[in-house]
Amino acid sequence: MKIVTSAITIACLAATGALAADHGACAAGKTLEEGMLTIATGNPAFYPWVLNDAPESGEGFEAAVAYAIAEAMGFAPEQVQWVRTSFDEAIQPGAKNFDFNMQQYSITEDRDRMVDFSLPYYSSAMAVLTTEGVVEETGATPEIAGMKDLRWGAMAGTTAMPILMDLIAPNSDPLLYGDNADVTAAMQAGQIDAALFDLPTALYLSAVVVDGGKILGQFPADRTESPDQFGLLMEEGSPLKECVDAAMTELTESGTLAAIEAQWLQDATGVPVIQ
Amino acid sequence: MTETHGTVSAAPAVRPTRRATYEARVRRRSTTVAALSTAAVLLAVVVLVPMAPGWEAVKRSFFDAEVFARTFPGLLNAFLLDIAIFAWCAPLIALTGLAIALCRDVRSPALFPLRMFGAVYTDIFRGLPVILVVYLIGFGIPGLGLPRPWNSPYIWGSLALILVYSAYVAEVIRSGIDSIHQSQRSAAASLGLSEADTMRYVVLPQALRNVMPANMNLLIALQKDVALLSFIGPVEIFRQAGVYKSLMANFTPYVGAALIFLAITIPATRYADYLLNRQRRRQR
Amino acid sequence: MTGKLSLRGVRKSFGDTEVIRGIDLDVGEGEMVCLIGASGSGKSTLLRCINLLEPVDDGTIRLDGVDIAEPGLDPRPVRRRIGIVFQSYNLFPHMTAAENAMLAPRRVHGRDRAALMGPVTALFRRFGLADRMDHYPDQLSGGQQQRVAIIRALAMEPEIMLFDEITSALDPELVGEVLDVLRQLHRDGMTMILATHEMGFARELADKVCFLDGGVILEQGPPSSLFSAPSQQRTRAFLSRVL
Repeated sequence: MKIVTSAITIACLAATGALAADHGACAAGKTLEEGMLTIATGNPAFYPWVLNDAPESGEGFEAAVAYAIAEAMGFAPEQVQWVRTSFDEAIQPGAKNFDFNMQQYSITEDRDRMVDFSLPYYSSAMAVLTTEGVVEETGATPEIAGMKDLRWGAMAGTTAMPILMDLIAPNSDPLLYGDNADVTAAMQAGQIDAALFDLPTALYLSAVVVDGGKILGQFPADRTESPDQFGLLMEEGSPLKECVDAAMTELTESGTLAAIEAQWLQDATGVPVIQ
Repeated sequence: MTETHGTVSAAPAVRPTRRATYEARVRRRSTTVAALSTAAVLLAVVVLVPMAPGWEAVKRSFFDAEVFARTFPGLLNAFLLDIAIFAWCAPLIALTGLAIALCRDVRSPALFPLRMFGAVYTDIFRGLPVILVVYLIGFGIPGLGLPRPWNSPYIWGSLALILVYSAYVAEVIRSGIDSIHQSQRSAAASLGLSEADTMRYVVLPQALRNVMPANMNLLIALQKDVALLSFIGPVEIFRQAGVYKSLMANFTPYVGAALIFLAITIPATRYADYLLNRQRRRQR
Repeated sequence: MTGKLSLRGVRKSFGDTEVIRGIDLDVGEGEMVCLIGASGSGKSTLLRCINLLEPVDDGTIRLDGVDIAEPGLDPRPVRRRIGIVFQSYNLFPHMTAAENAMLAPRRVHGRDRAALMGPVTALFRRFGLADRMDHYPDQLSGGQQQRVAIIRALAMEPEIMLFDEITSALDPELVGEVLDVLRQLHRDGMTMILATHEMGFARELADKVCFLDGGVILEQGPPSSLFSAPSQQRTRAFLSRVL
């Protein structure tokens, strides 16, 4: 009996080892540096995706997902190294300095022609950030009809702009900015009334950055025809894609991804849905 | 006798001189050499560049015909905003620049503060990067709590361009004023003209004509710097191209924007060069 | 006798260099006075002082008995009464000949273009330039430009005309046409002071010739006596060099 148990244990261990070896084998020879996984993030990386701009800590949603994927692919935490890129560096032709790039890249058909995306790791709701002053003044409510007359802003490099035009179709042309900081500066200068962000970013900005910031409401992820989903960005034709996707499937099915989301993006609940 | 004389003097007009023949031959040869070397360089570019290993990837990222066709109309449309901003900034820059240049030329001691203001103004605004001024004024002044529409980024962004560019224009005009010889002022003074009339009727018309090419170059630079307003919100061509780039992960829209800019700036640059050359000829 | 213009003890320095060192000079109504002397003797500066283009350091300049060298005096009313023509013409290159002549009367006397057309055309006709009124300075020969400069000064209807070596920059064959203008002006009774190197001209027409040397008038008198019997050694030396 004892022997049998031991045998089973050994068999299980062997199987686990085989599994791990299998993952390792999948990524073997496909990374930039043998035995190392190089992951890119933004410069700086923002809360709540990465805490304190320190992805090595594994704190923050994307940092945590990154280490989970690495582990599933057979890389120990110390085998993970981080680099920083801009969006333009991520999509420019030529050799890349990362194995995959992770900074809230929405998966779209157009982008997919130029680069490879993994399976999604997050389905993002879009949320409307505004200020209490604007709500008082305009009586804005979470209803699309009343939002058309607001002055809108968004970040230029994101999918917020087409979603804004699709869902809200504001009466005046939206103003676009280079990063979060500029959007909030324009909001504080009274040049825009409202801006569209992914929900976690909107929550962070309203709580920490914008004086009197307020989330007017969210468009649930499934509201749009093609929901805004974040994927890992890889070089077009990357040999690593199947390994990453296998790891992603495993994390999704095991519930690990949901657990990480619950840990780092738990605030995202309780925001009213826009009618 | 008369006939012989006529024949002799007419001869050079019918038959090219030795020098003319020689110069024609030299000209023909230089034209041939220039044509051959241009063809060789073009051939090298067309043949060698596609042989580079990354050419396929570069072509897809920068010269995608489909992306170009989809984005070009939108870019043209966004360029109208550039033209509008340019159109209202340029005259204001000219007027402000002129005013500042005149401030720097006042000689009356009572107006010394004006002169100092002119100097400080040009020092500050020529010393700052345009984008910094656009940010500071475009976000800063509206942040003081101005009501709409007075906090518009169009107003304050334009003001930033006007401040910076009028400082440059003022310096150019001032150099034009300095280039007018003192004897012109003497001549005007000797006729009893006032300082103001001397400036207005004698010095300025000549100075402005002299600095026309330099100011043309500033206008061309302004046309390009209008794009900096995109940093504070307005979606002009540069920003629009950036949006397309992000959405399609493709740089072709930038190439489209570059072509639109060039369509305006190359003729303008040629015209400025033409003005400059004409002026050099006149001064010789 | 005070005369039209009267200078007493006029002095002028540029920095440490004293260029005019105490000049007395009387010019009667309708007289032509010629200033001769080597380059740097102070002729040009003296003319510019009389026109108040250079402020005088010391001494008096009386125009019709009124001191115009008073420090702090507005020079512009004086300049309207005293015209000056320069060696290098100094026409305004961006204006036609006619516009050159009309600018000052329009701005200073407030006359309009239509009213000025008659008298200005008459001036151009009188000096043989009627067909050049619409030409720009760079389309005119040196002699023509200098005549336009004279017309420009005359258009202000001055009481005295100063000429600062106005033929020195001209090709020799063009000097004659400009001197003819001066002859004509003299005949019409204009009070004139010339700084000149044209000794023949000075001898022929001047009422008085002054020899300047080192910023002072070393010797003056009617041309007949100054040219044929100069009393000063330096005058003799200068004349022997230029004649």
